[in-house]
Amino acid sequence: MNTTVIDRKTATDKSANTTEQQTKIAVKDLNLFYGEKQALFDVSIDIKEKEVTALIGPSGCGKSTFLRTLNRMNDLIDGVKINGKMVIDGEDIYQSNDVIKLRTKVGMVFQKPNLFPMSIYDNVAYGPRMQGIKNKAELNKIVEESLRGAAIWDEVKDRLKSSALGLSGGQQQRVCIARAIAMKPEVILMDEPTSALDPISTLKVEELIASMKKEYTIVIVTHNMQQAARVSDKTAFFLNGEIIEFDETNKIFSMPSDQRTEDYVTGRFG
Amino acid sequence: MVVRENFENSLQELQVKMEEMTQLTVESLEKSFDALKTQDVELALRVIEEDNEIDDLEEEINQLAIWLMVKEQPVARDLRKIIGAIKISSEVERIADFGVNIAKATIKIGNGDSLINKTSLEAMKEVCITMLNKALKSFFDENMALAKEVGDMDDEVDEYSDETYKQLTGHLCERQEETNQLVQLLFVNRYLERTADHITNIAESAAYLIKGRKYDLN
Ligand SMILES: Nc1ncnc2c1ncn2[C@@H]1O[C@H](COP(=O)(O)OP(=O)(O)OP(=O)(O)O)[C@@H](O)[C@H]1O
Ligand SMILES: [Mg+2]
Repeated sequence: MNTTVIDRKTATDKSANTTEQQTKIAVKDLNLFYGEKQALFDVSIDIKEKEVTALIGPSGCGKSTFLRTLNRMNDLIDGVKINGKMVIDGEDIYQSNDVIKLRTKVGMVFQKPNLFPMSIYDNVAYGPRMQGIKNKAELNKIVEESLRGAAIWDEVKDRLKSSALGLSGGQQQRVCIARAIAMKPEVILMDEPTSALDPISTLKVEELIASMKKEYTIVIVTHNMQQAARVSDKTAFFLNGEIIEFDETNKIFSMPSDQRTEDYVTGRFG
Repeated sequence: MVVRENFENSLQELQVKMEEMTQLTVESLEKSFDALKTQDVELALRVIEEDNEIDDLEEEINQLAIWLMVKEQPVARDLRKIIGAIKISSEVERIADFGVNIAKATIKIGNGDSLINKTSLEAMKEVCITMLNKALKSFFDENMALAKEVGDMDDEVDEYSDETYKQLTGHLCERQEETNQLVQLLFVNRYLERTADHITNIAESAAYLIKGRKYDLN
């Protein structure tokens, strides 16, 4: 339970984090089409290293679509066309063909926990094994570190060999985060990671996110305004495939510059 | 479609309570001043009694504001509005207390010739009441120009106050038998000067609502 207390502290520390971080992901004039239908319009955004960036906006505005462009998950969808620049660590990810490497570097956690029907241990060890790690001691170490990193170790350490699907939804979601961490990513994308969780599990995941940003760059899509306010450093407001406003989270929720942002965050539309 | 209709209605309810509280406070100032002028102790006592109503309204405004924060989790302008309601109602409550103080001064002065016409106190009270209505209006209408006017009027009150101070202390030497009354009027002068300061704080809350940052009107 001690961890929760420590995580709380990190959560409040974010306001003190004033030093400007390096740009991790630089997006410039990104357009995306599903066949004829354009879903993203000239999206430009600088995502800083070791910050949490929240994406908010009404349903269908392109948040998930944008999130998927960050690790080329849209490549799996037929008829998707993309133009513009998407530079991660100085490299345009759409100019490179090493999608495996990209997806290792940029991990993803989905809305619903999507654990495999196997043990907790095997779920977390899955990625590292795919990467060719066979040494038992090394795998043990990665599994423990990842589960600790996802603030779930204490709850599962005595049942690592039991089925992951026997865990509660909130526990499963944190194991999903552990599974993402096990790949040693640098960026973690989360698409509404708590929308299927109860309030307590939601808070645990939020505190986890706040503590994770010491090591990872996190981009999170959320429909929960308070969640965006609690966990993120910067917030981007999307509307109809465009970024209307991108600024310090504090600014977006206290004094947004654009009337449309104001209307959205105060719940006047969307 | 009106989104958040209930919330809008609650914000409206908050405004109505603030207007009511302000109206009662204006009445408190007017009555306490009438009592002072006509040396009407009965009326002064009534002002003191009626102050409870204003305190109760402040409490109601605070309760409603807190409940809205919990229930609606307001952000941006909505949040500033609700914080403004809490801050402004506490300023208005303080102003009403000055009405009570003036009423108490009236009781202490008792009977005798009123020296109030030899001061600028009445003019000060008039400016204060105009300021108070203007400050609240600047908040409700989000009118920055009005908020600034309140700041300017505060300077006017300060000038009246200095003038009154000189007038009263001047009389202190000449009319020693009226020392008690003159001292009480000096207090009244001070209360009105403070009233204007609190009203200026209200205008600053309005400016904060409008601009989203602290704005010094003093
Ligand atoms: N595979 C697809 N094929 C065609 N159109 C799609 C596809 N996926 C999304 N879209 C369209 O692209 C637009 C953006 O969808 P997206 O899922 O990115 O929105 P979102 O902001 O994530 O919404 P939500 O908050 O509901 O998850 C929508 O108009 C959607 O219908
Ligand atoms: Mg989505």
